Amino acid sequence: MSHTQESRQTPVLHLENVTRVHGHGAAEVQALRGVDLKVHPGEFVAVMGPSGSGKSTLLTLAGGLDTPSGGRVLVEGVALGDLNRKQLAQVRRRSVGYVFQDYNLIPALTAAENISLPRELDGLSARSARREALVALEELGIPELADRFPDDMSGGQQQRVAIARALIGDRRLVLADEPTGALDSTTGEAVLAVLRARCDAGAAAMMVTHEARHAAWADRVVFLRDGRMVDESVSQDAASLLVSAATNSMKVDE
Amino acid sequence: MSIRHGLLALLDQGPRYGYQLRTEFEARTGATWPLNVGQVYTTLSRLERDGLVEAAGEDDEGHQFYAATDAGRAELRAWFGTPVPRTNPPRDELAIKLAMAVTVPGVDVSAVVQGQRRHSIKALQDYTRLKGRALAGEARPGVVPSASNDLAWLLVLDQLIFQTEAEIRWLDHCETRLAQQAELLQARTAEATRDGGPAPAKRGRRLRA
Repeated sequence: MSHTQESRQTPVLHLENVTRVHGHGAAEVQALRGVDLKVHPGEFVAVMGPSGSGKSTLLTLAGGLDTPSGGRVLVEGVALGDLNRKQLAQVRRRSVGYVFQDYNLIPALTAAENISLPRELDGLSARSARREALVALEELGIPELADRFPDDMSGGQQQRVAIARALIGDRRLVLADEPTGALDSTTGEAVLAVLRARCDAGAAAMMVTHEARHAAWADRVVFLRDGRMVDESVSQDAASLLVSAATNSMKVDE
Repeated sequence: MSIRHGLLALLDQGPRYGYQLRTEFEARTGATWPLNVGQVYTTLSRLERDGLVEAAGEDDEGHQFYAATDAGRAELRAWFGTPVPRTNPPRDELAIKLAMAVTVPGVDVSAVVQGQRRHSIKALQDYTRLKGRALAGEARPGVVPSASNDLAWLLVLDQLIFQTEAEIRWLDHCETRLAQQAELLQARTAEATRDGGPAPAKRGRRLRA
């Protein structure tokens, strides 16, 4: 889905001149120096940049896991800074799916329980929540892991459970930090296809990655450097691609 | 890149005429390297001159058919049996551009790198979209769908994706190297200023910042 066609709608995620300073005095580090970014419904945005460029800070701010030093973060038009703790927790649970780089699964819960927890906290019956969790596990190609505990899973399996947890329910915004880090290239591709399909169905996603091949699944790739957005690449409409491919020419060999 | 062998491979499967060869070539490579009919005929006449193909009659509509000769088939087997040479790499414009950029004063090398990276990521996004369509089994305009054509096209797309990715990784690497170089230069300048004289030539020794 083209984001230009969606641009009149309220962005699912809106970062308004966001800054973040860690530490103070001589140890002060400017992690973000004024970032403006909108992610619209149906849009998949990838964030790239060298280590220390502010990628992960950007993601934690977008997910309400951290508070900006300046500027505002709006999720579906609501400024996270205006919410009390309870309201913020609710936005994070209902609207935002977050895939952590280190998965953050609860060791005492099975895969299905980890996934269904946010839905149960939202008042869904345990039975319905489990049904949703099983669907999410199927979508990620790991239905057989439903009743396994994180300790009995490989890193790649835990990563896919973490992704299933982020996708469950009607999350409008999916935030993912290197979501394919522990996966082989075919499985990683399958996970990206799931994220892509979510966006094509109307959700918005922002993913931090250092792998260009993974970033390429996004509609927009933004580049961060020293806490600033320095550049971006917007994918064109697929229909025009074969035409542009045809402008390449090939010489007759002798 | 060998159109010659591409055409021989198609003719190995039976006699064909020029336009048909073009269409079938593109069905496999997805118009990534489009051929015009003129190129096809030029190549056919060279193959004929070299005894690798021969004229094989016309159909009712006047299409001139060509067929592979035994020598042509042997040439094709030899092609499949020989690795594509990598020892004399083709000139790479980007490598040349960066090699020049670091030596020409006043060129903003990191801007060159970022400009290329944006362009290459965009290409990668586009290829990935095409691949998504190919994996979903979407038909391509003007191409008769067939399992082997689709597989060939997917392999070509994968190759474009891996090659572009490699280029981007190389660009990332260039950037890191440039940053290291700049730090080193800074450290040298700082040391020279401290010593109150020109920077001493310390070849092969890394200075700590």
